[in-house]
Amino acid sequence: MSGILASMIDGLLVGSVYGLAAMGLSLIWGVMNVINLTHGAMIALGMFGMYLLFGLVTTNAYLLLLPVIAAGLVLGIVVYWMAVHWVIGRSELMSLLSTFAVNMMVIGIGTTLFSTSPYNVNFSLPGITIGAYTFTGNHIAAAVSAVVIALALQLFLYRTRPGKAIRAVADNREAAELMGISSTAVLTIAFGIGIALATASGALVSTMFPFTILSGGAYELKSFVVTVLAGLGKPAGALLAGVLLGLLEGALTPFIAVSWIPLIEFGLFVVVLVALPHGIFGRATA
Amino acid sequence: MILRRPFFWLVLLASALFVFIPLRSNNVLLREDLILVAVAIILASNLNLMIGYTGYVNFGNIIFFGLGGYVGLYLATVRGWNLMLAAVVAGVAVSLFALLFGLAILRLRGAYFALATIGVLEAVQAFVSNFNPWGRATGMYVSFSAYQPLGGAMRALWITYYLIIAVMALSLILSLAIKNSKFGLGLFAIREDEDAAVVLGVNATVYKAIIYSVSAFLPAIAGTLMFYKNGMIDPSIAFELTLSIEAIVMLMLGGQGTVMGAALGGGLYETLRSYLLTSPKLSSFHLVIAGGLLLLVVLFAPGGLIGWLYRLAPRARKVIE
Amino acid sequence: MHFENIFLPRWIVKQVTLLAFVLVLLASVGFCQQPITIGFTVSKTGALNVDSLEQYRGFELWRDQVNAAGGIKASGKSYKVQFASYDDESNSKRVQQLYTRMILEDKADFLFSPYSSGLTATAAVVTEQYGKIMLTTGAAEGKTYTLGNHYLFQMFAPAPEYLKVALDALKAKDPKATVAFVYEDAAFSVAVVTPAKAYAQQQGFNVVFSEAYAPNTTDFSAILDKVIASKATVMLGGGHYADGSTLGRQLYARKAALKMITLLVAPDSEKWVELGDAGVGVCVPSQWEPQVTAKPQFGPTVAQFDKDYRAKFNAEPSYESAGGYAAGLILQHAIEKAGGIDAAKVAEALNATDATTFYGRTQFATAPNEHGLQVGHSMVLAQWHKDKSGKPVKQVVWPLASKSANLAYPIR
Repeated sequence: MSGILASMIDGLLVGSVYGLAAMGLSLIWGVMNVINLTHGAMIALGMFGMYLLFGLVTTNAYLLLLPVIAAGLVLGIVVYWMAVHWVIGRSELMSLLSTFAVNMMVIGIGTTLFSTSPYNVNFSLPGITIGAYTFTGNHIAAAVSAVVIALALQLFLYRTRPGKAIRAVADNREAAELMGISSTAVLTIAFGIGIALATASGALVSTMFPFTILSGGAYELKSFVVTVLAGLGKPAGALLAGVLLGLLEGALTPFIAVSWIPLIEFGLFVVVLVALPHGIFGRATA
Repeated sequence: MILRRPFFWLVLLASALFVFIPLRSNNVLLREDLILVAVAIILASNLNLMIGYTGYVNFGNIIFFGLGGYVGLYLATVRGWNLMLAAVVAGVAVSLFALLFGLAILRLRGAYFALATIGVLEAVQAFVSNFNPWGRATGMYVSFSAYQPLGGAMRALWITYYLIIAVMALSLILSLAIKNSKFGLGLFAIREDEDAAVVLGVNATVYKAIIYSVSAFLPAIAGTLMFYKNGMIDPSIAFELTLSIEAIVMLMLGGQGTVMGAALGGGLYETLRSYLLTSPKLSSFHLVIAGGLLLLVVLFAPGGLIGWLYRLAPRARKVIE
Repeated sequence: MHFENIFLPRWIVKQVTLLAFVLVLLASVGFCQQPITIGFTVSKTGALNVDSLEQYRGFELWRDQVNAAGGIKASGKSYKVQFASYDDESNSKRVQQLYTRMILEDKADFLFSPYSSGLTATAAVVTEQYGKIMLTTGAAEGKTYTLGNHYLFQMFAPAPEYLKVALDALKAKDPKATVAFVYEDAAFSVAVVTPAKAYAQQQGFNVVFSEAYAPNTTDFSAILDKVIASKATVMLGGGHYADGSTLGRQLYARKAALKMITLLVAPDSEKWVELGDAGVGVCVPSQWEPQVTAKPQFGPTVAQFDKDYRAKFNAEPSYESAGGYAAGLILQHAIEKAGGIDAAKVAEALNATDATTFYGRTQFATAPNEHGLQVGHSMVLAQWHKDKSGKPVKQVVWPLASKSANLAYPIR
């Protein structure tokens, strides 16, 4: 098996987890025009949530995703009422700062509790070996879980009543309110789901890579890139864009030093933002 | 005329105090604290030109400081230039860089612009981390002998301190001058309603690019001086996203859009951070306290300290700008 | 009937008298005792957290033992040791502010360096300026010492020594090995790998791959795919604990068919055992291992240090901890020789130091263009083996004169 193919498969697997993380960011942006700067901290909490749960009940780590998601939902609702609700509709600076303030507090408490040493979830599934290359079971399981969660979200948004209400509010909040949809309830739920997605992706990352309380920051930046590629506010596109980004990384790394990858990614990010503000998939839902 | 504004004289007085108090008592400890305060004020007040005056949230503002440090340190240590010349050239170079990037990304508005500035910051950091002449991720070191032209490390640090204070004074005067100019009025118009401003004849594209570039100049000079004093520079300290955001926090704390707000916010925030960090009891809570404070300001006093003062005593506007 | 027995039994009277006597004695000793303050920053948070804390434990153990023995004695005075330390957040931004504070406000007489070459370079600007002696531990990169300092003294053998031991060991086993370098793009590891690459080629190895990764990397998939594609049989590199331990895990999970893996710093940490089987077989260039016995001229023996450290922290000492303790010991020795805490005299004593302690030999370069560089200390190569009960243990495998086990080659 050639190195480039192996590298692209690796990219694909990790990319779907990037995509899942970005979905949370994108959903919140789409519904309430808030760039959620607690995203990284929430990803980190997802990591530690998985770590602590796995310490309590040693089972298949991927089964623990459900309690992590549930906790994320509750946490999201708390954060919404603490910092977001009051700044909805005000200038974007206010929501950026209020979410960043929560981010600082979470990181601060997390640092006190866990210091900044690296942690690992010691769970591993058997991998698949092809030639000299081995794809670890955890990467495969994480990618599959990410896709399953993304599909579940899609079903929720398009097939259920609350899901449809979220989409209606995202499209036009005033019209939705006239139709009798309580926008406050919808915003609360949407923010909760956005955070749940972030914690879920954090939990998945924790099964693949070591993490510290500060690790979320790097994934938050990745999420920005993916979200912008997909077009801000399009959660469905985010998963696809994440996978594409992963594939691109995988295809490039055999030819250039790994340290150049961020330059290419963020360069692409700025170019897409300026040239294609609705993302690489066009303005379908803009 | 700016000379008739009482605030102008206040700035000069404050800067003079910054110079004379540590000098008279030869209090190096105070100097080390004040230099960080001065840098915070420089960053916050130049950022204010973008956020407070023009209404554009620049999340990547630290890039000017970091790039200025790199260009200046490269010229001063590798090329052996005079420090002050190196600093000014770094300022000009970074301003030109900002002008170029500004013309591209200032087409974006609101949150899109804010995101783009994060992208530029990360891209530049990645570039510098791979750039051989600047020492890649390892960065550049200043040799002890590089302080000799200024009379040894001891004197060199005092001289950089004075220069930083001068840059701080210039930053505040620049903010004041722009606030009281026609150019400044144009910026305020863009902040309030960009489309309306364009209709009224403000060339928004040019105005925005100019102010973006101007807001890069003094932080870049400060970057050269600070990293020269620091003795080394590497990409992780030169382009730390957190520092960018801290500058925004300072501005919010003091009150965006006012000169005094930027200064006060920068000073208070830095003093608080370094107190919390060195206090044995509170050091593990410094982020929680700073974050909680920020949240309170955003939710309950979005005008910051100066906004609160203006509401309390409206006539203060005349003196405290 | 004795009256005194009614009020106080005689043995109590005796004990109390004795106690009072001891207290008076202690107090009088206390009066001619002066505290001596040593300042340093610790990375309590941030990327260097694990490595820095192990070094700090070394400092602590030394301080407690010195103070328990009545302090450092010089010219009839005895100095109790106290520390002034702050968290530098693994970030050089505040290092100068904190070192200035320690010198001026906490009146530190001597300084230890922060952990890592980068932070040390920043701190050195301040300490040199005040003419304060700084013993650098956990700062192997050599550039700082060529910048014209007077008061820096390096405890670790400098960077070019690290991979030399690994390559020498490899040469003896398999001179035809193909070598890949994968290392952190940071001051220390770059300073280690750059000369190592040249040395590998000089020794006739085929260097098939070499790439640096960003310091905060956690996903090594891409770079490891490249190592595998390069068909290298040996991998050398790493950087600090966080990235090195990750690299070790991912190499194992990906079943990379390497015959030898040598990583910097990380495998020496006591936390390395957490890697389980992934950690076994990995080599680490080490400044100190308990298996290497040196006859100390002063201070504890290797066995004594090892025992005391375990007793105090319930953990195995790493070379970072040994280096920390040794820094204290060497400073103490120099103060005793100088007969006081005058910086110039102590610096002179340090310049003249050529001593063997439990940590091995210590000698500093005195030429102005490389003052303070460690020239006496030599390194060993350690490898993680399994003992009979299947527990991972670290064995010294090179040089042959100090070895406690044979190099396992290939690993699996």
